[in-house]
Amino acid sequence: MNSARHILPRLKLPPAPLRGALIAIPSSQPYRSYSSHHHDTSKRKLNLPINYNDSTYLSHTPSSALAHPELPAGFASKTKRMNLYSAINDALATILSTDSKSLIFGEDVSFGGVFRCTMGLLDQFGAQRVFNTPLTEQGIMGFAIGLSSSGYTALPEIQFADYLFPAFDQIHNEASKWRYRSGGAKVFNSGNLVIRMPTGAVGHGGLYHSQSPEGFFLGMQGVKVVIPRGPAQAKGLLIAAARCGDPVVFMEPKILYRGAVEEVPVGDYELPLGKAQVVKEGKDVTLISWGTMLYTCEMAAKAAKERLGVDVEVIDLRTVHPWDKETVTNSVLKTGRCVIVHEASRAGGVGESVGAEVQERCFTRLEAPIERVTGWDVPMPLVFEPFIVPDVARVFHGIKKTVEY
Amino acid sequence: MRVPISRSLCALSRSQPSLCPQSRRALLSSPGVRSLSSRFTTPRSLSYTATRSLSSTASRNGGIRQAPDSDSVSFPGAVKSKFTHKLEFHRPQDMPAMNTYRYINAEGVVVDTERKLDIDKNMARKMYQDMVRTSIMDLIMYDSQRQGRISFYMVSAGEEGIAVGSAAALEAEDVLYSQYREQGALMYRGYTLDEFMSQLFASKDDYGKGRNMPVHYMSEKLHLHPISSTLATQIPHAVGAAYAMKMENAQSVVACYFGEGAASEGDFHAALNIAATRDCPVVFICRNNGYAISTPTLEQYKGDGIASRGIGYGIETIRVDGNDIMAVYAVTKAARELASKNQKPVLIEAMSYRVSHHSTSDDSFAYRAKVDVEEWKRRDNPITRFRKWLEAKEWWSDDEEVAFRTQARKDVLTAFAKAEKAKKPPLGDIFTDVFAEMTPELKEQRAQLKAILEEYPDEYELGEFDNSRL
Repeated sequence: MNSARHILPRLKLPPAPLRGALIAIPSSQPYRSYSSHHHDTSKRKLNLPINYNDSTYLSHTPSSALAHPELPAGFASKTKRMNLYSAINDALATILSTDSKSLIFGEDVSFGGVFRCTMGLLDQFGAQRVFNTPLTEQGIMGFAIGLSSSGYTALPEIQFADYLFPAFDQIHNEASKWRYRSGGAKVFNSGNLVIRMPTGAVGHGGLYHSQSPEGFFLGMQGVKVVIPRGPAQAKGLLIAAARCGDPVVFMEPKILYRGAVEEVPVGDYELPLGKAQVVKEGKDVTLISWGTMLYTCEMAAKAAKERLGVDVEVIDLRTVHPWDKETVTNSVLKTGRCVIVHEASRAGGVGESVGAEVQERCFTRLEAPIERVTGWDVPMPLVFEPFIVPDVARVFHGIKKTVEY
Repeated sequence: MRVPISRSLCALSRSQPSLCPQSRRALLSSPGVRSLSSRFTTPRSLSYTATRSLSSTASRNGGIRQAPDSDSVSFPGAVKSKFTHKLEFHRPQDMPAMNTYRYINAEGVVVDTERKLDIDKNMARKMYQDMVRTSIMDLIMYDSQRQGRISFYMVSAGEEGIAVGSAAALEAEDVLYSQYREQGALMYRGYTLDEFMSQLFASKDDYGKGRNMPVHYMSEKLHLHPISSTLATQIPHAVGAAYAMKMENAQSVVACYFGEGAASEGDFHAALNIAATRDCPVVFICRNNGYAISTPTLEQYKGDGIASRGIGYGIETIRVDGNDIMAVYAVTKAARELASKNQKPVLIEAMSYRVSHHSTSDDSFAYRAKVDVEEWKRRDNPITRFRKWLEAKEWWSDDEEVAFRTQARKDVLTAFAKAEKAKKPPLGDIFTDVFAEMTPELKEQRAQLKAILEEYPDEYELGEFDNSRL
């Protein structure tokens, strides 16, 4: 099982007008079975539906939301239940209202965006600051860099992370090197730049609506890559990204846009970039992941405790590039075992970097090979997605392999 | 291809049973939208957006419906297009080539007698002197590369008129984005010989801290954004910068230079399209010098140069004789005013001939005849042409020519010697400015390099650097 197939079945199909054409087709078969459609899971013990409302990695009460140790000292705020896209929307509104030189643009952002992240912002901030661009990723990125290097905060959106690649030259050769090549000039840098994009598998996204391209950034100096796991985290990290002075690629797991719901402080707050978070302490194995996979890891860790008596420490990397070596090293030095989980392919994935660094830094303490549970080295095939994206069974198996080594 | 897929995605991603946003948008922008939209309850903000887009469509198209008796099309994608019953292709070969504007002819005689240019004696002499100074610096630096004293160089021979003429027409607050062959523009704006040399020798005074190849200049003071080697990437940057200016309600514009080869990059297309749709005050200046390294324009494009494309993007466009500095000045001045006053982009295609090799890493006689180059040098080049005009007005003389050239050569060599002797930037600059704050990784790596340098000091030329401590 993967989270995707258990989010979407709960959603209703589009209303009759859109379905009319489908209904009219005579067929002896039922509707085709997308990977996100509901299946009988009664025999399953590990790959059970993920219920975000049960996740301890999300705050379900105002007091737990406000108890976050990374919130500023004395931070007082009301909270509101938000899903991920609402929290992103809230963060964008916060950035736009506190920074008069900030702008949002991209394909179809004016009417609210295809994932609703920019809803209402045009009304609130005007068409000069929230606007559609022509359909050109390299143009959006180049335009954003020009704005940023003129002292503006540019918040461009790439509609899907899969379509980031036409803009790769602009990000890699321009945004990431601008400050360095200008000798650290105060204005001539593209630090006020957050490139937002939906990322990750969604159950039926196929080759070009599922990708997790964060690994491509590992060889890119001068850019940070952030992937949040939930609404409150997304808001704090996104606001921090807009104010940090470095270009940030902000990847939003699209499966969580409506799936992950929690209490989010309505006030203005930042969470630290470049810092991992230990979301569950443990002593036997360190389990490292980010974004959507955290919930799979949570269930796998729970299963490991129940079935194997293994106490798993779970780390959310949050910033995947450059990632927090200190927190990871400290954890593995304590547990002696390390499992890394990500959706993206194994080769060239962030897991390679984490694995190599952990091996260098924790060599004498490692009691088993570092285990990587990742997507296979294939593109994302539509109907086979459940066999590609790491699920609870695979992560559980990775933990088991490591502790039994 | 992606729209239908993402449409299905968002349809499935919506928790509320209603139209997916993209279908809704498609419906809203199609005929009959009013009756359809009334059947769905739309959030207030969305209906606001829809109304906005409807009204703008309506104002642009004069209504979104196709009147049955109309003689022209009202499809949203092409307005005011007349119907025809003749099946005819528009053939590029039937279109006349766009004209090339000249102010003075090859003999330095004014041919646009109707236009008075605001170039007085001082300004004209400065324009001439900056062209000559640029060409002298080019020659000396080209030779110095040949002697191995700098690593690389690119001369601008034959194109000094485009750079200096356009720079003279810009205002001090206007922002520049350059490709790499526009040193004349910097010269005119006041980039000093010391600044040129610090960059070329990557000395400790270089603004880029010795990190960039030679000729990759920058200047915060002169609003010249740092040059990068990647072709055409600066074109959408210029558009973003122009949008920033628009936001500031500044009267300034952005000038963006690029060659005709760079105009084949996707960034050119993206930039001109965004500049037009977002109404950005940017002046695009294309230097069409006939070659992109070895590739002649015949292999670069099939249309009528770069200028003919401007119209396709809805951008006011002009072609100018780049060997005529007066024409370049006149055209840039007018383009600047258009861009600033109307808050929209303008495209200038300046025609010239790349007299020089592409760079010090190129021997252009491998792909073109030496005699052609000599012919261009002798028959028509911006410096001699402008000198004829100046001399006819008695604003310049042979004596002044000799004296100026001697002095300019001396000035360049003085700055040259100073920069060549200067220390390189401190070694600490290897690791700074990658991020706003140095990351733990970079601190670790700096410590690792430090340990290596301490253990193997004789393996490195540490004495060259202003500070070799890490």
